[in-house]
Amino acid sequence: MAMSEAPILPRDQSLGDVTDQLARIPLHFPTRRRWLIALSFSMLLLTLFAVSVVVLFTRGVGIWGINIPVNWAFAIHNYVWWLGIGHAGTLISALLLLMGREWRNSLNRFAETMTLFAVVCAGIYPVLHLGRPWYLYWMFPYPATMGVWPQFRSPLEWDIWAVLTYLTVSLVFWYVGLIPDLGAARDRARQRGWQVFFGVLSLGWRGSAVHWLRWQQAYRLLAALAVPLVVSVHSEVSLLFAAGTIPGWHSTIFPAYFVLGAAFSGFAVVSMIAIAIRSLFSLKNLVTDDHLDILGKVLLATGLMTGYGYVFEIFDAFYSGEAHEIQTVYDRVAGAYAWTYWGAILFNFVFLQLLWWRWARRSPLALFLISTSVAIGMWLERYMILVTSLYRDFLVSSWGAYAPNFWDWSIYIGTFGLFLVPFLLIIRLFPVIAISETKEVLHEEQTEAANG
Amino acid sequence: MADPRPYGLLAEFETPEALLEAAQRAREDGYRDLDAFTPFPVHDLAEILEIRDTRVLWLGFAGGCFGFALALAMQIGSNWDYPLDVGGRPVYALSAFAVIAFELTVLFAALFPAIGMLALNGLPRLNYPVFAASRFHLASRDRFFLCIKAGDARFDAEETTQFLSRIGARSVELVPA
Repeated sequence: MAMSEAPILPRDQSLGDVTDQLARIPLHFPTRRRWLIALSFSMLLLTLFAVSVVVLFTRGVGIWGINIPVNWAFAIHNYVWWLGIGHAGTLISALLLLMGREWRNSLNRFAETMTLFAVVCAGIYPVLHLGRPWYLYWMFPYPATMGVWPQFRSPLEWDIWAVLTYLTVSLVFWYVGLIPDLGAARDRARQRGWQVFFGVLSLGWRGSAVHWLRWQQAYRLLAALAVPLVVSVHSEVSLLFAAGTIPGWHSTIFPAYFVLGAAFSGFAVVSMIAIAIRSLFSLKNLVTDDHLDILGKVLLATGLMTGYGYVFEIFDAFYSGEAHEIQTVYDRVAGAYAWTYWGAILFNFVFLQLLWWRWARRSPLALFLISTSVAIGMWLERYMILVTSLYRDFLVSSWGAYAPNFWDWSIYIGTFGLFLVPFLLIIRLFPVIAISETKEVLHEEQTEAANG
Repeated sequence: MADPRPYGLLAEFETPEALLEAAQRAREDGYRDLDAFTPFPVHDLAEILEIRDTRVLWLGFAGGCFGFALALAMQIGSNWDYPLDVGGRPVYALSAFAVIAFELTVLFAALFPAIGMLALNGLPRLNYPVFAASRFHLASRDRFFLCIKAGDARFDAEETTQFLSRIGARSVELVPA
């Protein structure tokens, strides 16, 4: 099947040209002005984040809009949202590598970079939510003078192990994949500073046959581990909800629903970044319209799978026959927060249907707008899942309402700075598209063309 | 002033196919101490050079076992040391321990081979004799190099150079040690 596919990269480019084009980006950075504007804007957001965190740590989580019964809100909501976005980077990179889908070689580097910082943004939220974040180390089993250990049977404890494992494995996978490209950039560098920078970071990579053999073994093994890791991490995240008895959360569909929704939102953000990067660095020869076409299809497919989760959730509630479960469904579609439910439907699934048409998948503008809509839709979905399950507690006397206030928003908007600043620095300093892997695909395609 | 014991001879080829053919002929001619330098992993090259090494994969397996054992030991051990009885639920709840056991299995199954790959490759090692070759910077661009090391029993600076030119090398360079 993979053999008979049409080429994804134009064949009339040489291996040397591709190397020079990609290694040039950090060495002779093309869009200094636009990059600086983007960086300054992101710095502003990061400053907002820093200020908000200082205020939060000084005054406590009481500055947020959370209350009883809605004691979980933006912190968990955005944690799930950011982590979900991160998962698509791993899936694109690892799953498609194992399946021999070579089109991923143009996308994997920035998708993995996106994963890294999305996980950072996600991981910071539970820490902020702790109330007393300086006691973070209580999550780890250390021989405390109090003689107690962490509660290993709690999903809240599973969480820190899952997220830290995911962050570490993503970082290792990203760096192992990057080493040969750092070597290539080192060999292209003319200035001493860049030579030292890439020379040290490439660890002296020389492309020896035996090194490549071990590198491939390690890289593919990491990929094979990363795929089940993604599934386990987001399943574990869903258990933060599903393991409790709250109506609207306590459902067996949750792990699958969360993993698919995560992939959905993540592929949307990968598409946005792909479109931005290819126009910013004039990489239309490597991130082609065919790539956008495939991304559009994947987005549509994961979107429809997420839609199945919506259907099943309602079925599940009625099938259970439980009055409170059914009431939660009514609260979702017609309650005080119905706008989040219908907003999620609109932004996730209605605009998405345009992707059935080829022109929409191949139009950067259309795909970018649809992807943005999906990112918003999935954000609303997480909001809906959280708030609609909590605001009407079991006892009517405990009912409440939630609205995010200034500090909720300022931290959330600030995390965009936390994501963008390191992301922009990485695309400034490192090859933004995998050099060796792109050449591998290009060579295979050229050989195939030559041999008919 | 030539070094009495050079590192070896570096021959340049323009395509992976040419490199594979040259490596094959070098093997057939009796050369054994060979290496190749390529911009991306070349299929079949390791087989022709008869490089077999599965230690990285075994390290992955060992890492997985280690992580799994560590996770179970940590969770069972801490509950043995201070049993947390919550409503009479099992203290050694293996189904609840499964998540962290899985995560740590993956963590160490990833860390062992990644670090092991670097260690087995002798990296980081920032300098290496082949970097001195004048055209070696192309090994990360679009050229494919075959190296016959001086340690090879059949190595002879003159003869081996001629041999490499004969089998189609675009350039041949003696690499000092």
